[in-house]
Amino acid sequence: MNAPVSPDAEVDCRGQLCPAPIIELARHLGDVAVGGVLAVACDDPSARHDVPAWCRMREQEYVGEDTADDGVPRFLVRRLS
Amino acid sequence: MANPSAYLDSASSEPLHPAAREAFLAALDQGYADPRRLHRPGRNARLILDNARAAVAEALGARADEVSFTSSGTDAVHRGLLGMVRARDAGRVAHSAVEHSAVLHALEWWDGEAVSVPVDRSGRIDSPVPKADVVALQSANHEVGTLQPVAEYAGDAPLFVDACASMGRLPLPEGWAAAAGSAHKWGGPAGVGVLLVRKGTRWLSPFPADDRADERSSGFENIPAALAAAAALQAVLAERDEVNARQFAMVDRIRAAAAAVPDTEVVGDPVDRLPHLLTFSCLYVNGEQIVQELDRRGFGVASGSACTASTLEPSHVLAAMGALTHGNVRVSLTRDTTDEEVDAFCATLPEVVAEIRTEHDL
Repeated sequence: MNAPVSPDAEVDCRGQLCPAPIIELARHLGDVAVGGVLAVACDDPSARHDVPAWCRMREQEYVGEDTADDGVPRFLVRRLS
Repeated sequence: MANPSAYLDSASSEPLHPAAREAFLAALDQGYADPRRLHRPGRNARLILDNARAAVAEALGARADEVSFTSSGTDAVHRGLLGMVRARDAGRVAHSAVEHSAVLHALEWWDGEAVSVPVDRSGRIDSPVPKADVVALQSANHEVGTLQPVAEYAGDAPLFVDACASMGRLPLPEGWAAAAGSAHKWGGPAGVGVLLVRKGTRWLSPFPADDRADERSSGFENIPAALAAAAALQAVLAERDEVNARQFAMVDRIRAAAAAVPDTEVVGDPVDRLPHLLTFSCLYVNGEQIVQELDRRGFGVASGSACTASTLEPSHVLAAMGALTHGNVRVSLTRDTTDEEVDAFCATLPEVVAEIRTEHDL
């Protein structure tokens, strides 16, 4: 469950429903350098499926899921391009 | 452009087939009595019910005493699957990850162990079915159209086949011990399910008994509706070679149009699929919004996105396939869908998606 990766930036999507967190992910992946990891903190259950699907469609790397300090899931994406 | 008013949601419910309407009206005046009674109206009702049962049996390659009419397809699924489970005192049921929620809810209600078999990106099971007392496998997926390899199943455990998505449209695959169908998916009336229990299959009612003639069902049969369902099934079988070929080609056209929309994924097997149905997901698009925008332009479609469901959970089918769950649209054609409606849909879709996306400024 806990990916041994510490993200370089985090985008807070708590309380947002899909597709809003995925739109935020697309907007903010550029906040990290190529090779860096962006965390999307999101309590919408759709994100568990849609973050990996987005990574596949946009050719980025889905790293895995960990948990923020408040218990909200965080989905980790490595910027490849 | 004139509002085309195209209903493209036959996978939720196909409009009543003209043959069903005719049979229903004819049976309304004759089929009111209790078919168990020995008086003349009772015998009339019994005759209609027996005719309906015989017609359905013939259409599906079953024996008449293997056919029961239930109150819905969901009811047929619950009775069929749980009746097999009860008769075998089963402890373990294996099922595909993309079964209809009627199967999944039945297994949640039961207190045994349910084992989910994963599917590949197209929605087809891609690993061996584990050892179990009963196996549940759908004939075709109701959301993405992919056919399951039911006839290839060679395990020891008896097979329950949820055939609701394909019944009438495609032959029932071989190998079922019990199977379920839903009349309003093939152009019969709603409120009629078909439960098939193969002779020799061990089956015990999972629900309270009822003193009806048919031990597999309960409650007073809706006899006119059962006859209408049977008439629609016969009519659909007679015309399906022509209808399926037409719909298959139309779906190919819509799949191509959807795939040409940027950041849109058409999901489900492109060939080994139901003839009338396709699903796609558009990145950055809200499922509820696209359904409403298409409706505003005259196209009635369904969606598996969470925002269109009663819960926050997205479609378990799309999730199991690793497909994008938001921005999802399911298009399913009726027997009357025209090439003009398909053209209009293909022209409208990219406009609607682009319009919704401009709001995000991505």
